[in-house]
Amino acid sequence: MSMIVGQPLDRKDGKLKVTGAAPYAGEFVVPGLVYGVTIQSTITKGHINNIDTTVAQKLKGVLGVMTYKNAMSLHQPTGSDPSSGKFAEKDLLPLQSERIFYNGQHIAVVIAETFEIAEYAASLIKVDYNEEKSVSDIHDPEAKPYQPQQGLGGTSPQAKRGNTDEVLNNAAVKLEQTYTTPVYHHNPMEPHTTTAFWEDDELTVYDSTQGVFGVQNLLSNVLGIPKNKVRVISPFIGGGFGSKGFTWANAFLAPMAAKFINRPVKITLARSFQMFTCAGRRTTTIQKINLGADSNGKISAGKHETTSETSFVDEFVENAGVATKILYDIPNLDIVQNLVRLNRGTPCPTRAPGEAPGTYAFEVAMDELAEKLNIDPLQLRLINYAEKNPVDGKEFSGKNLKECYEKGAAAIGWKDRSDKPSANKQGRYLTGYGMATATYPANRSKASVRLKLYQEGNAVAACCTQDIGTGTYTVMAQLMADALGLPFEKVEFKLGDSTFPQGPNSGGSQTMATTGPAVRAAALEAKSKAIQLAIADKKSPLYNVEESAIGVENGRLYVINNNAKGETYTQLLSRNKMPLIDVNATTDVTLKDGEKSAAANANAKKEPDNPFAKQDEKMDREKYVFHSFGAHFVKVKVDSLTGMVKVEKIASAMDIGKILNEKTAKSQIMGAAIFGIGMALMEGSVYDPNTGRIVTKDLADYHVPVHADMPEFDVQFTDKPDYNISLVGARGAGEIGITGITAAIANAVYNATGKRVRELPITPDKLI
Amino acid sequence: MHPFTFIKAGDNNTAIKAATENAASKFIGGGTNLVDLMKMNIEKPDKIIDINILPLKEIKKLSNGNILIGALVTNSDLAYNEMIRNKFPVLSEAILAGASAQLRNIATTGGNLLQRTRCYYFYDTATPCNKREPGSGCSAINGYNRIHAVLGTSDKCIATHPSDMCVAMAALDAIIHVQGINGERKIMFSDFHTLPGDHPEIENILQKGDLITAVEIPALSFAKNSAYVKVRDRASYDFALASAAVALDINNGIIKNARIALGGVATKPWRATEAEQALIGKQVSANSFKDAADIALKNSKELKFNSYKTELAKRTLISALNKIGGIA
Ligand SMILES: Cc1cc2nc3c(=O)[nH]c(=O)nc-3n(C[C@H](O)[C@H](O)[C@H](O)COP(=O)(O)OP(=O)(O)OC[C@H]3O[C@@H](n4cnc5c(N)ncnc54)[C@H](O)[C@@H]3O)c2cc1C
Ligand code: SF4
Repeated sequence: MSMIVGQPLDRKDGKLKVTGAAPYAGEFVVPGLVYGVTIQSTITKGHINNIDTTVAQKLKGVLGVMTYKNAMSLHQPTGSDPSSGKFAEKDLLPLQSERIFYNGQHIAVVIAETFEIAEYAASLIKVDYNEEKSVSDIHDPEAKPYQPQQGLGGTSPQAKRGNTDEVLNNAAVKLEQTYTTPVYHHNPMEPHTTTAFWEDDELTVYDSTQGVFGVQNLLSNVLGIPKNKVRVISPFIGGGFGSKGFTWANAFLAPMAAKFINRPVKITLARSFQMFTCAGRRTTTIQKINLGADSNGKISAGKHETTSETSFVDEFVENAGVATKILYDIPNLDIVQNLVRLNRGTPCPTRAPGEAPGTYAFEVAMDELAEKLNIDPLQLRLINYAEKNPVDGKEFSGKNLKECYEKGAAAIGWKDRSDKPSANKQGRYLTGYGMATATYPANRSKASVRLKLYQEGNAVAACCTQDIGTGTYTVMAQLMADALGLPFEKVEFKLGDSTFPQGPNSGGSQTMATTGPAVRAAALEAKSKAIQLAIADKKSPLYNVEESAIGVENGRLYVINNNAKGETYTQLLSRNKMPLIDVNATTDVTLKDGEKSAAANANAKKEPDNPFAKQDEKMDREKYVFHSFGAHFVKVKVDSLTGMVKVEKIASAMDIGKILNEKTAKSQIMGAAIFGIGMALMEGSVYDPNTGRIVTKDLADYHVPVHADMPEFDVQFTDKPDYNISLVGARGAGEIGITGITAAIANAVYNATGKRVRELPITPDKLI
Repeated sequence: MHPFTFIKAGDNNTAIKAATENAASKFIGGGTNLVDLMKMNIEKPDKIIDINILPLKEIKKLSNGNILIGALVTNSDLAYNEMIRNKFPVLSEAILAGASAQLRNIATTGGNLLQRTRCYYFYDTATPCNKREPGSGCSAINGYNRIHAVLGTSDKCIATHPSDMCVAMAALDAIIHVQGINGERKIMFSDFHTLPGDHPEIENILQKGDLITAVEIPALSFAKNSAYVKVRDRASYDFALASAAVALDINNGIIKNARIALGGVATKPWRATEAEQALIGKQVSANSFKDAADIALKNSKELKFNSYKTELAKRTLISALNKIGGIA
């Protein structure tokens, strides 16, 4: 049987997207829709004395101006877990008080018949502030660091093994360096958008979110309405990169405004300023790395101390040391995390929060150590290769990193690299090579799926999860097609609607690893029900045949060693007057940070009815650590005169379990590598040193890579199924691609030029 | 955006008359700069005069060999014009180094001349800016000034002129044709843009109602040996950190004549005549290029975040000179 899983199929939604037919949150036609434009504070700390809205309110077409004086009061959100809905700034519910905690905080919403009127009216509003002294830079002496005890999802950001200080002191070769990464803004193509309308006491919201279920939960919680009265819909998301993983004020402001004027309201954040102040960011990191090794390159101790920022209205920890724990076999290791509160909006997850900046610093430190030791950087990684989880000695559920190193090194031509920097020069152009290890945990959580296998020979499954551009629609359909024995065109996977059974949020690269097994279980059960129906049906050619002797292909059930004997789903179901077979499946396996979390309610948990879900849940996962690994190899060319860097080639080899769709998987890694180019060479937000207001406030000043920056990409996979994580065998792509890549580029620039820039981004001015 | 009325001018005189009568009016060419500024509430015209149907879309060769470029010729049409590519490659290269294909397809020659600075603070109406609001102060001088100018600055404003096209035109001694309420006149390129001085809000010597009708590029035989080099934070779609337009007349390894202009580092398209003079009579060599670069930047005034620009501009200029001089 030819498998559909694994094929590099085009996206199911590709045509819809390129023809503009895919509806995004701001594109739904809602009768009577009007427009909300939000106003942001222009001071960094203090409070509002007065908002004068009189002129604005008199404009024809203005329907109302909502401020802290007249906005509905909100309930404090209770949850802090993104899977069940996390409001990004728990202590700053929008328009509840006159206090200002950061520059760019929402302070009013103008609602008008047209977007243009709302915008114009917004420009006429006068705000009088009482300004106080703010702390808006991580380097400000007033910014006092503290050590947080909890990170994202309750993880511990501090870690210790062995006796680091002493071993470091006595090491033959030592390295101590500090690396900094600037603030990054996610800048998805689609800005945060919410369209909301009320029908009596029922609320419908079209929101651009990475967690539909979480938004429903939060809206119910914060607005104080029963959950079954809130429907959230989000079929397409124009990118999120973490910024839509937490929920931001726009998701509340639109329903508040809709209630305020009794009309459907749409609020879209403006690209300039708004997407840079109230939709999250990746914090600045200052990372100090210590390494100690013997002269053969065996690392005996390491220390990774990070200082990152959070706000005064919530706590977000960018735990840059998280990957350092697992990357190499380092017996003595300290991971230290400091946090500084600033008058800025709250940071939030950004592609591989922790791992992305952390692997930059640590993997550059490895390159520096290799040079000190006079050992090839790839060799240094092999010397310190972790065969087992260095944290607790557990086995990896599947780790084929050595194969990645081999593939990547061959693809880039690593043998052409000179250990001596700036040795490879043609005219004024310098060529350099760099590499780094990539790693990301395999996460998994709970998903429920409802699947209907129709008499017409097609199937539809639904789950309240998201396709954030990653290919969920397509890959889930591939799993369905194979499990049901139906052609790819005859299956459809639906998502992004809170009326569907609950699925995972799209964070931590877990959508596929979580939803896939539930889809598989539902599809296999539907097929099995059909087979059993046939076996028991005297009129079926399959009457009394063993279930295991029956195959299904192209919608036809048949006897495996006698293909002629069989019938289609359609024949079977119509004869039995069954319009459809309707099944539910829930798979509930929680893997967080690479480990199976000890389910507190394991006993209370009901065993699944679905036999395939049962089989999945029963697998022994305690003895493994679930982590993906990979390697990036990079070749750059630097103009020694002007300092301009051109990334010539990126060769990435990833070990992420089974590849379900080579095309979408490659796109994930390629897209992540492009993020890496941005991080390494050009991205970075700047705040005014005097006022704390964002300076790089749009895409003209905040530079993301463009086509002309693109190198040649060579993405390879080990494609080794990991049946320990699930019977689907896939650990999840996505974020792993952005780990290590920034370091690989920085290392290549060093190899080319001999200049070690430890403060990202590596712009031309730093290389001349 | 501030509300405005919109008219389409059918001929030059109508356009000029309408613009002269209304103090808060604006012509619109491609609109790629004006509309952005209107959206950000920086420009608030109450009347927009669309000049796009005026007959100013031709590129023609005059009898004296000069080339006359209509003010409405798009940046793309100008950059890809055969005469320009062959005789004035520096102009073609400069335009193609700017913006994106989509923008160049609609942006006009006249509009490009008048595009306004990309200073962050100029774009942010919540911050003081002398150029936007005379007398309010300059947020950049003591603020984040990485992209700001080191040449031609004043204590009121340090904003760069952002145009690439203009840098090439400065090197080529272009002549700007203007028609105003009192008739037509010609302005030398070097006189057209003004330094910020005490009045950064004034950026050129145009009078109210003046319509740019054309730009004339004087014939210059050695302009075929010309080049534009632009250094920026990414490979395309970005304004210059530093740029250089050069043309060299070289005979037997000796420089007979030179044209040099710099972009990205100055408050107006920056002609470096002293550096040109220094090259004349010199051998094509790394040393003479370096000397010229030092002279071009000798008056550079650095601030906290833009101090790299002096060195970067020198290297950018050397890179352009190398290209024409045949030094690898
Ligand atoms: C994202 C982006 C990136 C860019 N990158 C670059 C770059 O890298 N390099 C670069 O050089 N430029 C760049 N630009 C700027 C671009 O070149 C200018 O916006 C464009 O040239 C302006 O031309 P326009 O016809 O659209 O002008 P408009 O916006 O129509 O007009 C600009 C000004 O000129 C006036 N005007 C127009 N025509 C006339 C006339 N005939 N007579 C009198 N006044 C007139 C208008 O009233 C207005 O004040 C970029 C622009 C954008 C939006
Ligand atoms: S440099 Fe000029 S444009 Fe920028 S803030 Fe100062 S005055 Fe305004």
